Amino acid sequence: MVSKKQIMSSKELILSSIKKLSQEEQPLPAVPSFDESENTLETFQQSVKNNKGTIISELELVDLVNSGAYPKVYSGSRLIPDLKTFELPEKGTDLNDLDLAIIDGQLGVAENAAIWLEDENLGLRAVPFITQHLVIVLEKSKLVGNMHEAYSLIGSHYSGFGVFIAGPSKTADIEQSLVIGAHGAKSLRVVLV
Amino acid sequence: MSHPSQAANFLKDEKRAHWHDETLWFVREKRDLASKNIPEWEELRNLASGIKNHVLSKLDVYLEELEEKATANGIKVHWAKDAKEHNEIVLSILKEKKCKAIVKSKSILTEECHLNPFLEQHGVEVVDTDLGERIVQFLNQPPSHIVLPAIHLKKGDISEIFHEKLHTQKGNEDPVYLTHAARQHLRDKFMAAKVAVTGVNFAIPETGEFVVCTNEGNADMGVHLADVHIACMGIEKIIPRRADLGIFLRLLARSATGQSITNYNSHFRSPAPGKEIHLILVDNGRTNQLAREKFKNSLKCIRCGACMNTCPIYRRSGGYSYGSTVPGPIGSILSPGIDVKKYSTLPFASTLCGSCSDVCPVKINIHEQLYEWRQEITKAQGWTAKGMSMKMANGIFKSPLAYKISGKLLRSTLKTLPNSVIYNPLNTWGKNRDLPAVPKESFKEWYQKNRS
Repeated sequence: MVSKKQIMSSKELILSSIKKLSQEEQPLPAVPSFDESENTLETFQQSVKNNKGTIISELELVDLVNSGAYPKVYSGSRLIPDLKTFELPEKGTDLNDLDLAIIDGQLGVAENAAIWLEDENLGLRAVPFITQHLVIVLEKSKLVGNMHEAYSLIGSHYSGFGVFIAGPSKTADIEQSLVIGAHGAKSLRVVLV
Repeated sequence: MSHPSQAANFLKDEKRAHWHDETLWFVREKRDLASKNIPEWEELRNLASGIKNHVLSKLDVYLEELEEKATANGIKVHWAKDAKEHNEIVLSILKEKKCKAIVKSKSILTEECHLNPFLEQHGVEVVDTDLGERIVQFLNQPPSHIVLPAIHLKKGDISEIFHEKLHTQKGNEDPVYLTHAARQHLRDKFMAAKVAVTGVNFAIPETGEFVVCTNEGNADMGVHLADVHIACMGIEKIIPRRADLGIFLRLLARSATGQSITNYNSHFRSPAPGKEIHLILVDNGRTNQLAREKFKNSLKCIRCGACMNTCPIYRRSGGYSYGSTVPGPIGSILSPGIDVKKYSTLPFASTLCGSCSDVCPVKINIHEQLYEWRQEITKAQGWTAKGMSMKMANGIFKSPLAYKISGKLLRSTLKTLPNSVIYNPLNTWGKNRDLPAVPKESFKEWYQKNRS
């Protein structure tokens, strides 16, 4: 175990070697919004496709859940209530056999299809990653143009964990060939309500 | 080993070298398309550069604020002055948790600190979970590119190593098949790991949180299934406000791979109930670099790899030719700051074309710093063969007569010069290059005949 004293001394060493440079403070630029709120719905839908996600209707989701193609389904959605679900276990590792997870997103960004989720949407933080397939339900009214607008809406609202998810898990580490389903969800479907 | 001799090694396999060159150029082109979709791209670069300049100018204040806010959020913050201390901190946490196997997502800092061999010496199994990193780990190699770790390998190589390690079908080179085999293999590792290590893309003092970006979701699979998350960051990774992430997340993926954003952008502010997050702040030479006026803004780097993809030298010499953790143009200005002797050839591994500076999302003047490092190194080294020929050239350019005569001489001798003069060990430049076709007359002679 590294002793407390050593930790303190490294901290002091690092801070003092920066302080002794007596640098002149450079100005911090303000962040403009670069407002681009036109056609957010169409742009968002196109961005989802670009990221290899798909947009489905609420009806298609209900059919999907009832089709039996996904034996184990979890839904934490409040936007589409009464979907098949089960009580989340205590540990993420107990979800290794989860086939389909349905959760609500808080807002979507048109320029890149990134969808913001916080602890309260996830139930367990592992849910959107460990599930084989992921569905995110999002209100059309919660679409914004770009990342600047997104962060100004999110503000500094407290959540222990927050994540922008923009598509299914993917990799191009083998000869730059795009493969969907590296570690996380093999598909992402977005339902706009 | 010097860059030229290692580059020569890479170029032995001509076909593969050509593929490497073209593939990275393809990534560069994707970056161009993605950046041109955003009218305010140049303004974003200016903002990112300005924000980073600001951070570096009061880094001490931000580091203390980050520690204070993160601690209040329940994150345990550690300080490491160098790689050794960083590695010891990681090991001490693992010992406390009685953990013998960890999963690790991509972290260039842990590569820089040589964390894997250190932990392995102490009986800890380290599994790199990024697909590209797992592939090179199987081969006992470091990553050859900071964003595309296995870009030097072909699918045939990967098929072979997976057949040996994961018992995939012999000769099956299908990337989908191979990726899904790795998915299964790594899922078992995720399920078993009690501690997960990640890097950090950005840390925000305002909120006391840090952000990790991946496309595969491997960082999240690791940390959300494990009990303990250890995040390792260089002290320069700070951006002041959450709102600044809007700028940096727009720039990062577009510069790196041409995507509009990385797939998973995870913001860690406090641990889940019953779990732990440790954040290690590492110096390891960064404060030294900050003290070098000419080179300090190399610390603005956000590790997108765009300068590598565009660099005519990197594309044609491969990541390993640099022999440093961060290869390519940015690595060639960072590495001499760590060990100027060991990395003395790197600032010369450049045409100074400036393409690296043009694509850099935080506007680091990379090619100018390469030039500055050359001055420093040449001063430190004194006489060299290359320096000698440069001095001769200097004399020729100074005198108009000498220039005229030498031009005539060159035009006649180039035609008859045996290749051995160019392709000899003294002339590293001549390797893998052809002599140009020789014009019959100089521009001056042509002008006098035709225009005067």
